[in-house]
Amino acid sequence: MRSNPSHYELTTPATLEAVLDILASDLGPYTPIAGGTELMVALGAGRLATRKLVSINHLQELRFIATTPETLTLGSGTTFTDLRKDPVIATDFSLLSQAASWTGSIANQNRGTLGGNIVNASPAADSLPALLAYEAELTLVSARATRTIPYAGFHLGYKKTILRPDELLHSITLKRDFREYAHYARKVGTRNAQAISKVAIAALARLKDGLIQDIRIGAASLRDRPIRLTATERVLQNQPITRETIAAARAALTSETQPIDDIRSTAKYRAAVAANLLEEFLHQLKP
Amino acid sequence: MPDLLQTVGFSPIRKEGAAKVLGQAKYVDDLSFPGMWFGATVRSSIARGRIVSITFDPAIPWDEFVIVTAADIPGQNTIVHLTHDHRCLASDRVNHPDEPILLLAHPDRAVLPAAVAGVHITYKELPGVFTIEESEAPNAPAIWSPAPADHQHSTQKNTFKTYLMESGDTSNLDHIFATADYIVEGEYRTGAQEQLYIENNGVIAEYSATDGVTVHGSLQCPYYLVHALELVFNLPEEKCRVIQTETGGAFGGKEDFPSVIGSHAALLAMKSGHPVKICYDRAEDMAGTTKRHPSRSRHRTAVSKDGKILAGEIDFALDGGAYATLTPVVLSRGTIHAPGPYHWPALRVRAKAMATNLPPHGAFRGFGAPQSIFATERHMNKIAKVVGLSPEELRRRNLLGIGDHTATGQLITDTVNMQHLLTRALDESSYHAKRAEFARTNPSSPIKRGMGFATFFHGAGFTGSGERRLNSLVHIELTPEGRPQILVSATEFGQGTNTILCQVAAETLHLPYEDVLIAQPDTSHVPNSGPTVASRTAMIVGKLVERASQSLRNTLSPYLPSTSETSTTPYTPAEFRSAALAYLAEHGTLVASARYEAPGDILWDDESYRGAAYPAYAWAVYVAEVAVDTTTYSATCTDFYALQEVGKVLHPVLAKGQIEGGVAQGIGYALYEKCVWQKGHMANNQMTNYIMPTSADLPPIRVAFEEIPSVHGPFGAKGIGELPMDGPAPAILNAIEDATGIAFTEIPLLPEDIFERMTSTPESGSEDLEPTNAGPYFSETTA
Amino acid sequence: MTQITLTINGETKTIEAPPMKRLLDLIREDLHLTGTKEGCGEGECGSCSVLMNGELVNSCLVPALQANGARICTIEGISTKGRLHPIQQCFLERGGAQCGICTPGMILATHHLLEKYPQPTLLQIQEGLAGNLCRCTGYTRIFDAVQQAILKTQQPTNN
Ligand SMILES: Cc1cc2nc3c(=O)[nH]c(=O)nc-3n(C[C@H](O)[C@H](O)[C@H](O)COP(=O)(O)OP(=O)(O)OC[C@H]3O[C@@H](n4cnc5c(N)ncnc54)[C@H](O)[C@@H]3O)c2cc1C
Ligand code: FES
Ligand code: FES
Repeated sequence: MRSNPSHYELTTPATLEAVLDILASDLGPYTPIAGGTELMVALGAGRLATRKLVSINHLQELRFIATTPETLTLGSGTTFTDLRKDPVIATDFSLLSQAASWTGSIANQNRGTLGGNIVNASPAADSLPALLAYEAELTLVSARATRTIPYAGFHLGYKKTILRPDELLHSITLKRDFREYAHYARKVGTRNAQAISKVAIAALARLKDGLIQDIRIGAASLRDRPIRLTATERVLQNQPITRETIAAARAALTSETQPIDDIRSTAKYRAAVAANLLEEFLHQLKP
Repeated sequence: MPDLLQTVGFSPIRKEGAAKVLGQAKYVDDLSFPGMWFGATVRSSIARGRIVSITFDPAIPWDEFVIVTAADIPGQNTIVHLTHDHRCLASDRVNHPDEPILLLAHPDRAVLPAAVAGVHITYKELPGVFTIEESEAPNAPAIWSPAPADHQHSTQKNTFKTYLMESGDTSNLDHIFATADYIVEGEYRTGAQEQLYIENNGVIAEYSATDGVTVHGSLQCPYYLVHALELVFNLPEEKCRVIQTETGGAFGGKEDFPSVIGSHAALLAMKSGHPVKICYDRAEDMAGTTKRHPSRSRHRTAVSKDGKILAGEIDFALDGGAYATLTPVVLSRGTIHAPGPYHWPALRVRAKAMATNLPPHGAFRGFGAPQSIFATERHMNKIAKVVGLSPEELRRRNLLGIGDHTATGQLITDTVNMQHLLTRALDESSYHAKRAEFARTNPSSPIKRGMGFATFFHGAGFTGSGERRLNSLVHIELTPEGRPQILVSATEFGQGTNTILCQVAAETLHLPYEDVLIAQPDTSHVPNSGPTVASRTAMIVGKLVERASQSLRNTLSPYLPSTSETSTTPYTPAEFRSAALAYLAEHGTLVASARYEAPGDILWDDESYRGAAYPAYAWAVYVAEVAVDTTTYSATCTDFYALQEVGKVLHPVLAKGQIEGGVAQGIGYALYEKCVWQKGHMANNQMTNYIMPTSADLPPIRVAFEEIPSVHGPFGAKGIGELPMDGPAPAILNAIEDATGIAFTEIPLLPEDIFERMTSTPESGSEDLEPTNAGPYFSETTA
Repeated sequence: MTQITLTINGETKTIEAPPMKRLLDLIREDLHLTGTKEGCGEGECGSCSVLMNGELVNSCLVPALQANGARICTIEGISTKGRLHPIQQCFLERGGAQCGICTPGMILATHHLLEKYPQPTLLQIQEGLAGNLCRCTGYTRIFDAVQQAILKTQQPTNN
């Protein structure tokens, strides 16, 4: 334990409204803490810079899963365990339940939240490629206003987001449009369980008459933020799955990713494996 | 009629087991003493240089702290292991990152991290060396020199120790090589490995001017710390007391290192006048404490066309880190195990341990043998390939048998039959059937499967004359209630010491296992029965417990009912107890002892490096099945079979647990565990980034024993603690070669390494996988 | 300092502590229950596992104030009046505990697993315990203990 906990403040306002008021007040800045599986690690390591925290973990307003025939809305406080248990997610959004199942350990899944995963904005985060593939929308709330934005525009750079200091991520909405799609998700981590991904892909595709009619590919650990591989998608659009298209797709993937060397892996490895995963998906798509 | 009191060979409940599953066992961090303070360590941030200045951040109320520097050391500023080169606290210069410089103590644990950060040290940095190659380079800076007190050292620059081990007709070596059908050369490397006991290093020290120093701690070898304290405090042995607390894993990592942290806490206790606890957190433990020595082995072997080894040259080098610690002994064990269980008509092994500016490497299960055995077992496969034999046949033609001599000239008298072990292991692991199956399925599958094995042996007990020097002593006393209690400095840290020693005493004394007690190791009470290392506890200490038990029984015999010698139950437990009480009533106390007596035929010559290196060896054949995924380039061990001959198995459940745990560490060593060094500092010093296998990463580990009782251990037992660390890595890499055709020579073997080879070897993975623009755009280290 | 009230192993306690103190330290230092261990302090090893409102959590990652009002069960709450829980009994008999430092967490993770899946497959056991690192056993004997505990906990008990 490398921090002195008595230097930190934590409050637990009873309602969402009260939390938003605190965030908007000039007493801050306050940092929200949900499951704490990021922030408490930072505290333990002595690198939690913020001294004032506001707990949102207890807010039932943020922990819900609401389904309509057209949409699924997830409160930002939904835990990975909640995601894994939900039958609609299991059938309609299997990329997300799979990502939840390989996030950390059971204990981490019981505490860690989808909202925390999004706002923490790690390029290696597991559930974010799936959200990109599903074209999720985010609802952000503050004492002043509520705004809904496409998730694809949320990340600005390495661990940078458009979230304002007085805002909370309220919920994530997905369209239930993907029943006809083939789903593919694979995480390549440092080991089988409890691993940070070296590279991960979550993808959806629909074929018609042997041609790729629609394809969406989300990826982790290939740039400074989770990304959608739009150039690769363009190359594949309306194409049959042939050696040539696969080669072109691999080249496109390489051109739009910028992986790095770090203590977990190498840039070359990440790029090659990402392309292999894509190829594996395309092979599986073949009629 | 079965003997109801028989316990050896059965699996009674572990002595301290109930306390452990109830959460009641007290590890050092669970203890709190009245008035106790907490200690912390200020460490160097550079690898090598002179300390220019030390300043203290004025924002910190320093008057509340006690600060210890090298100047506060009452004795010598030395942590004594085998040599005196290792300072307790750096004073003028530092030789590795994270080297201790200052110690702080405060009543409130929470304020220490900020205080450590508030000590500012400036350095004049000097160039460091970080690999064996950099250290041995002719133009390398001289980074290490022996302490004046040490005479027996190598005179070569940066060299802790060298050995030359020659066997057979070495004068003729050149000629044999010149005329051999084949000469097979190979270079093999192994990386550093963290012990990763789940309980970090920790101690609590007390000091009193009259009684001296007392250290309670998580440790393997209480008397090692006693001797370190004697020097640091300039106190006689009886004023340096060490008490082992429940220890949450050690694996060698708490063999030499507690001398450092124990001395530190004791210095703070002396200066503050309070008991002081130092328990490292994970990051400090990983960055600041010892690891397994990285190694490089070079083999050059002359072989006949029918696959007979004719002669060999082995160069074995270890990276010892910044100070010698136990490196000479690690090098010795690695040297002696380098030839493996094979017959070498002529062999020369040159070994050396080099200094680098890494934190000192130290003891870790296997102690040099996993390193040299890895090389030899990979090299045997290479020889087989060159000669055109199967790995099995090549070994069969060269394995040692009864009546042969090992490379140190020791006559094999164990009635072991390695040919038979090999047959049994390959059968029970379905080695041949699976290879045939994989040959069929691999071509059309993105997952390439393969089988590999390793044949090896591991010496039990201290090397050579070591046991004579240790001269171990064991007591058994009677408690006032008339129960026998074993007094040894052998420690329990998960392997089952408490349990097996009690089994041996119980069986010898004809008592139920439950009736025998074992005392907590406290050097004010237990004799020096040697360190708990080197697979010596079951065989050496166990034998002494057996002899002390016999002596106790003899002493009590006048008080015991006289029955015929042949009776299996000469007396009942109640009769024993009344005899014990009768004896105590008459004499007050009873302590029976046994001291080590070297077997007459165990002779060793340290000068020529020849003789009986170990009283006995454990023999083994380990078989690994692997799957290499060509999409992700990751290799997984999918099945593991471990067959060994370890003499009588005292406690099957514990013995299997030892083998399984060792195999798991071996799998980690081969495929997962990498220390990432940045200028000598371990950069991945978190559990998140140092990858040890989880429950989802290990294959079924199937353990089998052959039991041929040995004359050296109690009831025929030999040592097993280190053996399982030796075989997995070479077996796995042999299997990967079988699966992929690629002969990897280095561990840890990570997917990135497999990727590099697969994509650069023309016959496999011919696609162009080079990313066109791979650039460092962001740092993920804090992701 | 904040007042924190929680139920620990069935007993309600109120403690004054910094709200960001780790639940782990609250349990060990303020409640003096040292069966919960720290192996890493980063959520990786599971030695600090406790049940919080019936859910398995790593207590090193829970701020004390977030446990306000919660039901916490530690290893000390698993046995009843010194009588071993069947899971503990099986760990003991099957060699599931070697050095014992991971054992409290491992037993709580097993408890949680068997609540969720009374008849887990080996894969489910492997997944359920993957957040609890053990360096001694290679897990084989732990799996064995869990499988034995499945049989034992199936038998009707009177609690
Ligand atoms: C051992 C371990 C293993 C892990 N393994 C994985 C893994 O495999 N894959 C993976 O992706 N992650 C992993 N993580 C990371 C972590 O669990 C996830 O990122 C998790 O989703 C974080 O959620 P949280 O609620 O715990 O975040 P917190 O720590 O509470 O918060 C994280 C960040 O998000 C902000 N925040 C949280 N909620 C909101 C909100 N509603 N509005 C605005 N800001 C908010 C916080 O201010 C903070 O900056 C692991 C963590 C640990 C400790
Ligand atoms: S100490 Fe909490 S998970 Fe390791
Ligand atoms: S028993 Fe030692 S870590 Fe699990």
